[in-house]
Amino acid sequence: MSPLTLILTCLAGWLAVGLAGVFFARRFFFVARILFPAGAALAIGVAAAALASIFSDPETAILPLGLPGLPFHLRLDALSAYFLCLLGAVAAGVSIYAAGYLRRREGSATPGQQCLLYHLFLASMCVVLLADDAYVFMVAWESMALSSYFLVTSDHRIAEIRRAGYLYLIVAHIGAIGILLSFGAMSGGEADGYTFAAMRTHELGGWLQSAAFLLALAGFGAKAGLLPLHVWLPEAHPAAPSPVSALMSAVMLKTAIYGLLRVAFDLLPEQQWWWGALLLGLGLATAVFGVVFSTVQSDMKRLLAYSSIENVGLIFAGVGLSLVFAANAMPLLGALALTAALYHCVNHAFFKSLLFLTTGSVLHATGQRNLGRLGGLIHPMPWVAWLALVGVIASAGLPPLNGFVSEWLLLQSFLFTPQLPHGYLNMLLPVAAGAVALIAALAGFAMVKFFGVVFLGQPREEALAQAHDAGTLERIGLVWLAAGCLALGVLPNFVIATLDPVTQLLVGSGFANSAGKGNWLLLAPISEERASYNALIFLGGIVACTGAVFVAVRSLFHGRLRRVDTWDCGHPVAGGRTQDTAEGFGQPIRQVFAPFFRITREHPSPFDREPHYRIVVEDPLWHLLYLPLARLVEFGTRLVGLLQRGRIAIYLMFSFVTLLALLMFTTR
Amino acid sequence: MDIDALLPQFAAQLFELFAALALAPLLTGWVNQWRARLQGRTPPPLLLPYHTLMKLFGKEPLLAHNASSLFRVAPYLIFSCMALAAAIVPTLSSELLFAPAADAIALVGLFALARVFIALAGMDIGTAFGSLGARREMLIGFLAEPALLMVFFTASVISGSTSLATIVDTLAHREFHIYPSLAFAGVAFTMVSIAENGRVPVDNPATHLELTMIHEAMILEYSGRHLALIEWAASLKLFAYSCLGIALFFPFGIAQTLGPGALAIAVALMVGKLALGGFLLALIETLSAKMRVFRTPEFLGSAFLLAVLAVLVHLLLEGSR
Repeated sequence: MSPLTLILTCLAGWLAVGLAGVFFARRFFFVARILFPAGAALAIGVAAAALASIFSDPETAILPLGLPGLPFHLRLDALSAYFLCLLGAVAAGVSIYAAGYLRRREGSATPGQQCLLYHLFLASMCVVLLADDAYVFMVAWESMALSSYFLVTSDHRIAEIRRAGYLYLIVAHIGAIGILLSFGAMSGGEADGYTFAAMRTHELGGWLQSAAFLLALAGFGAKAGLLPLHVWLPEAHPAAPSPVSALMSAVMLKTAIYGLLRVAFDLLPEQQWWWGALLLGLGLATAVFGVVFSTVQSDMKRLLAYSSIENVGLIFAGVGLSLVFAANAMPLLGALALTAALYHCVNHAFFKSLLFLTTGSVLHATGQRNLGRLGGLIHPMPWVAWLALVGVIASAGLPPLNGFVSEWLLLQSFLFTPQLPHGYLNMLLPVAAGAVALIAALAGFAMVKFFGVVFLGQPREEALAQAHDAGTLERIGLVWLAAGCLALGVLPNFVIATLDPVTQLLVGSGFANSAGKGNWLLLAPISEERASYNALIFLGGIVACTGAVFVAVRSLFHGRLRRVDTWDCGHPVAGGRTQDTAEGFGQPIRQVFAPFFRITREHPSPFDREPHYRIVVEDPLWHLLYLPLARLVEFGTRLVGLLQRGRIAIYLMFSFVTLLALLMFTTR
Repeated sequence: MDIDALLPQFAAQLFELFAALALAPLLTGWVNQWRARLQGRTPPPLLLPYHTLMKLFGKEPLLAHNASSLFRVAPYLIFSCMALAAAIVPTLSSELLFAPAADAIALVGLFALARVFIALAGMDIGTAFGSLGARREMLIGFLAEPALLMVFFTASVISGSTSLATIVDTLAHREFHIYPSLAFAGVAFTMVSIAENGRVPVDNPATHLELTMIHEAMILEYSGRHLALIEWAASLKLFAYSCLGIALFFPFGIAQTLGPGALAIAVALMVGKLALGGFLLALIETLSAKMRVFRTPEFLGSAFLLAVLAVLVHLLLEGSR
């Protein structure tokens, strides 16, 4: 069986699993404990088939579905295969976790409905990655948006969640319009111009080509959370059930990256360097914005959602840098930057889904999403806490885990920018490298806040001591993803070797052959004198050194220990109220980055018997961009509403006037 | 790779690691002595840090009831991070076994890893001071880290590599002309090292005044062997930063070949340079007053700007060389 057939079989399997969930909706045990693990097995099948096909030639298929005369064109090439691999590997962990996470009565959607929507969501993301014509792409893109919309609003009795879902739906459709128009521009107005194969051959004029790129950027940027179309992301991700948040953040955002790569490198024949510069600037702005906002959040899932915006921004910056190199005929450096971006895609998919799933366990154990009511959970939930620590270290971009490798590659590719022929650009780019360093450091701040406030310290509420650890299936899912973070971190050359066909396809060069030069552990892009990093030795060094110090201290001195009360500096204060709150921990950021926020403070008056201090930190773009836009739309609709009088005589008069006007127009 | 070439590299690596472990408290003692002398106090004995470490290792650690295992693991981890950092820096020789495994960016990552763990350990007990220190430490961290990376970028744009060994080789063997970019980078690096090592004017290692302390606030709950490891790690960090500064800006005399003669010269020069550097650090600390915590963003922001300026100056003025 060819890989494409195998993937399509798995897709059909997902649909069957989803339908089975609806038919056996009353049998909770069957839906949760049998169907979801089956979905996970199919996901592993997709990942394995995609991995097998990544080194082989592209494979195409035409499915006689869709409208008569408009069959579905599918194609599996290296780029699709890489993203399918990401999807399958992450979805396997998330599905296993979801099997343990589902509750009989939670939210308004039954487990059966969730099962259908969840697997439909997976299947449509798969089809997006496989699509080879604009028609099937848009069908899959829309079914992805709709199934995820219904998953986000699965608890639709809560007004806040309905609102979040509505916002998501609007932005998703604005984005879809952009993508559709971009395909329209690339089709060249021909009858069968809607297939990607035809688009590749079209010679577009200069401005039309740039228009197609900009439309695609707007469309895919809206899905990925690029500034200023990011507003839905911090609303929709916290509203969704945690496995869905994980999938949306880990995989759905990556389909947008995939779409942009497909359009910019594959479908459009010539790249302009300023596209790359634009992407780079937008990406860095998004990343700085996302990370600064993630440090001041008090809701743990919103914190992670903003961190996803940051990571998407970094990926876009890498893609932009790669475009700049590729447009200047430097394919090797383009491959380096693109590898960094694609590597970060899979890294982010693993660590962010891990972190979102741990928030799911915390949510089930405590019923709290607010950081101000959590704390000290490492004691009742050691599994979740230690696995979350893996995600936190990876997400903060620290060695020896995976987040560091892609940031290292990105910084390396920035260091080559002085070779560019653009005088001003190559002077701006070191500053951009500084921005990447700042983003990585701030991500560390956000992650310390997340982990420290949720899992460390004293519990801020009495009930937290009764929290329970994750169940077995949840643990399996978490361990799978954490192991992925570790493996991607210590064996980077395997990932880079898999990325080689992708960069060959997109920028016409790969550097897997130059990386390492036979030493399969040493990551050395371009050359070993230039830069090298060996994650396994790094990890081994830390582990060995820690172990040696431990043994030495124990054997040279002693291992005695005494448990005492916390030293209270002579001020006996009971309880966890004296520790930093989430707001307190974010205070330095609010002070340093004050111009980024719209801060409103409510101070208590000195005579208040029950004083309250309230601080609201908002996204200034809401007030600068979205609310004026909404008011404008409202104004327009009110104008249109003038026509609507509610009396039949007036409507008849409208028809009459229209008829008269048409008659005059035609008989003239 | 053949074993014969690896063995001397391995020996040099081990020698450097143990030299760092042994000498780091001496540097701390030396700086403390000079600080006392310059401030008109009677200096403490030079070997006092060793004595303190031995005393602390012998004592029984007191652990809060709600301390988690992370709190107990953290000191070992922080210590080994700093020991590795000191081993990566080409202090005595650039022919090190560990050199290809970690470059300048990985070194920054190693420092960041230690910082994250010490901040998490500070938050673990759940006291007001611990989390206050953790947040201030992370504030300084996110400001200092980009500046430090930009300093390394300056050096790596000059030498065309981020590998520390190659950077040192290039800078030590260049024809003698003055790089203005390195002067900017040097000032930035000094500012970053002062902040990262918790020295006046950013932090004061000798105070437990709640308004100002950063590093001490995080480690308030540590005692016994845990505290000893953290203190030793702090000395190692100061040692590693000093050696980094020497390697980047005054690399003359670092051995490029592995012979006993070259190593002996390297050790002698290194001790001399470190003694001078320690004196200068004590001088800076004596001449400046402690800043408010919220002045540090300005301090480190200017360090970042200087480092960016260093890269730009290199690209603008020195690019053709």
